[in-house]
Amino acid sequence: MHSLLISHADPRPMYLQIMEQIRHRIAVGDWPAGQELPSIRALAADLQVSVITIKRAYLELERDGVIVTRQGKGSFVSDTADLSTRLRRVELDTHLDAAAAIGRQLGMSAEELAARLRQILREKDGHDR
Amino acid sequence: MTEPLIELSGVSKRFRFFQLEDVALRLEAGQILGFVGPNGAGKSTTIRILMGMIQADRGSVRVLGHAMPAEQAAAKRDIGYVAEDMRLYSGTTLAWHMDLVASIYPGWDPKYAELLLRRFNLHAAQPIKALSHGERVKATLLLALARRPRLLLLDEPTTGLDPVARHEILGELMDVVRDDRRGILFSSHNTQDVEQISDQITFIDRGRIIDASEKEQFLDRWRRLSLDVPPGATPPSFPGVVGVSASGRIAVVTTRAYSAELEAAYAAAGMKVHDVQRMTLEEIFVANVMSNRREEER
Repeated sequence: MHSLLISHADPRPMYLQIMEQIRHRIAVGDWPAGQELPSIRALAADLQVSVITIKRAYLELERDGVIVTRQGKGSFVSDTADLSTRLRRVELDTHLDAAAAIGRQLGMSAEELAARLRQILREKDGHDR
Repeated sequence: MTEPLIELSGVSKRFRFFQLEDVALRLEAGQILGFVGPNGAGKSTTIRILMGMIQADRGSVRVLGHAMPAEQAAAKRDIGYVAEDMRLYSGTTLAWHMDLVASIYPGWDPKYAELLLRRFNLHAAQPIKALSHGERVKATLLLALARRPRLLLLDEPTTGLDPVARHEILGELMDVVRDDRRGILFSSHNTQDVEQISDQITFIDRGRIIDASEKEQFLDRWRRLSLDVPPGATPPSFPGVVGVSASGRIAVVTTRAYSAELEAAYAAAGMKVHDVQRMTLEEIFVANVMSNRREEER
């Protein structure tokens, strides 16, 4: 099962929500390289979202090199080396971006923000030990 | 290339208090077309013209490759039509109607009909008189869906239904277009349903088509820009801008043709763009109708 979800309370357009969830599935290793994605029409029917929206999400994922579509065969997770690592970096950058924005709102300097991150890392190390 | 399921162009029809003018519609196989307009805009009249129930004064109407209304008998074999004002025979049961429809249409799929009964939580033995509004709508949809017609023409299929029933119906409609030879036209003023499942959207108001495009293009191109304007200045109206409202030093610009260049143009005019917002289909629909009416009245 694909278990993707669309939220109407999410202000992001539906195609972006779908792209992000597929990226996440690949990043965490649920969908390995070469894995076949649901067909566009099947996913549209399951999510109750228009075919054109799913098509757009797949097209943009293909453009980003995350999936490949073979005419008449379907779409597959790209077997680019380290795709999942690359996607996790993209995810990390998204979170760091958000953290930087909040830091700025709070008037924190770059050094203060970095110090805070180091502190969190130390606390985490403490727990893991 | 398969021919379009619906091809309507230059259609006009005059009534005493209302007229359709130069209406065009197109639906390709495998797609869902959302036909959106306020009450009294001409949605039902247009659908009746597609069904051959009303003859247009002018224009060309082709449905499933057949000229309407001349070849309506052939076309209707493969059309499922459901309208809000459709009546079922009140002294009978749903099973009676299912038998009747099955005896007329060879495409009737009894297994699918059984499945729909369960999914819609209906009972074949139920007397028509005892059905609630929502159950009646689901019953008429069942009668159309179980024939597996290539084209479904649905006039306000989700109006007046509770959220659970709407969810069930949208699910069945999406199931239809798993088959890329089939297609659906549905009219609605529930823009949320339309935004969710339509591939193409056409807006109609006061008997005229005011806009038509792919759904994703609508959602991409319409934006609201929030600008900080210098004292005493008003934002210029660049091409595609449909509305400007200013209060104090903040102006809100609504555009139907958003691009990065538009933002740059305002920046070059000394106006800082401090926010760009996407719009829901409902907001796009209302802005579209209002700007179109303003233009008409000018």
